Amino acid sequence: MDAALAEQHQLEAIEVDLLLTAVAKRYGYDFRGYARASLMRRIRRALQLEGLSTLSALQERLLRDRSCLRRFIDALCVNTTSMFRDPDFFASLRRDIVPLLRTYPFVRIWHAGCSTGEEVYSVAIVLEEEGIYDRCRIYATDLSDSMLDRASQGIVPLRSMQEYTAAYHKAGGREAFSSYYVSDRTNAVFRSSLRRNMVFSQHNLVCDGMFNEFQLVICRNVMIYFDDALRDRVHDLIYGSLSGFGMLALGKKESLDFTRVAERYRELTAGVRLYRRLA
Amino acid sequence: MTPRRVVAVGASLGGFAAFETVLKALPKGYDLPVILVQHRRQDTESRLCDLLQRHCALPLSEPEDRTPLEPGRVYLAPPGYHVLVDRDVFFLSVDPPVNSARPSIDVLFDSLADAYGERCVAVVLTGASDDGAEGARAIKRAGGRVFVQNPDSAQAPTAPRAVLARTEVDGVLELPAIAELIAGLQD
Repeated sequence: MDAALAEQHQLEAIEVDLLLTAVAKRYGYDFRGYARASLMRRIRRALQLEGLSTLSALQERLLRDRSCLRRFIDALCVNTTSMFRDPDFFASLRRDIVPLLRTYPFVRIWHAGCSTGEEVYSVAIVLEEEGIYDRCRIYATDLSDSMLDRASQGIVPLRSMQEYTAAYHKAGGREAFSSYYVSDRTNAVFRSSLRRNMVFSQHNLVCDGMFNEFQLVICRNVMIYFDDALRDRVHDLIYGSLSGFGMLALGKKESLDFTRVAERYRELTAGVRLYRRLA
Repeated sequence: MTPRRVVAVGASLGGFAAFETVLKALPKGYDLPVILVQHRRQDTESRLCDLLQRHCALPLSEPEDRTPLEPGRVYLAPPGYHVLVDRDVFFLSVDPPVNSARPSIDVLFDSLADAYGERCVAVVLTGASDDGAEGARAIKRAGGRVFVQNPDSAQAPTAPRAVLARTEVDGVLELPAIAELIAGLQD
């Protein structure tokens, strides 16, 4: 390895810890528990977008400029979500989860890390088609205000609709997907009736509690960004917020293996990472 | 125990056949980990893993988030996720596609350059995009080695050519020679 690169790495390692501590102390957003590999990638991208060359310079700007912080948060929260992403999961929602939800007079669902909301609307569509949406309330939370803004408006780019329509059908949808939205030339907006049982609010899985009880928690491809300790913390939070026999849905390539809550759940459906809390 | 070398091979168009050749050459008892990135569409009911396993004497699987990186195993990046490695463990990401690809070869190579530096051996095979070129440069800068498939005999020459345009490499080889080189990496 060339000497310049080795020194750069050394400095970066020192600077990133200082930067994350600075952001945590100044603003209360604590990213120190995030998985380092993916975090570094996002931080380097944020650095590039700011047009700066050192993390120390970024730290200086972050401490003094709230708009820089907003951009930084957005860079650290970026992911791409889509309607009916992983159609298998939504097929399982219909086939395995809904029958269990039917047994409750009222259903609370926590969609943790909802990003721009596509998966939340996908869930709502399934619940509506299965005739139980009226009994459900979906609490969709995310760290990022800008994501939540978009999510609560229910706007998706029109050019994605063809892909989304296909995914919807693959997930078992049989209606005309276009009946769920209105559109202009660039955007599609989900019908406000679909939004009627959704509550969007900001929530930070790192430090916030949760004071409701849910029959279903959906937290897919969120904890992949957390290191083991933070992941355990969030799992404890989720477990504590699930009612007895409540269900937890993770992303396709996540599991409860190597977590400290593994023994407290039973796998409901193999392959879709759906778990049921044991009493 | 952290591996003394990590082998990573990336491909897109034409990759399946190319990977077959590479995998067939790996002997039983091969004691390095091998990570493969093949550009794949998300949501495919893909049997790629099973198909490749048939040509491979070593256990071949798609890593999950937090799967440990173990020697003597072959890992195939799952569809719809980027794959990173840190402290000998796989971490997944759903960050936006890079060069329209997720899994991206660049993302894996960047991560391996950070984590393993000179212990990396990275290979770029046939492919229709630049994915892999930036990552290959990172690996070279970190002291690792990079090999590309000869663009003239690759099904899609774009990827190997992009690497050659971006960084110095340790060899431009025909596919059978690449397979032999990888197989021979364990001392």
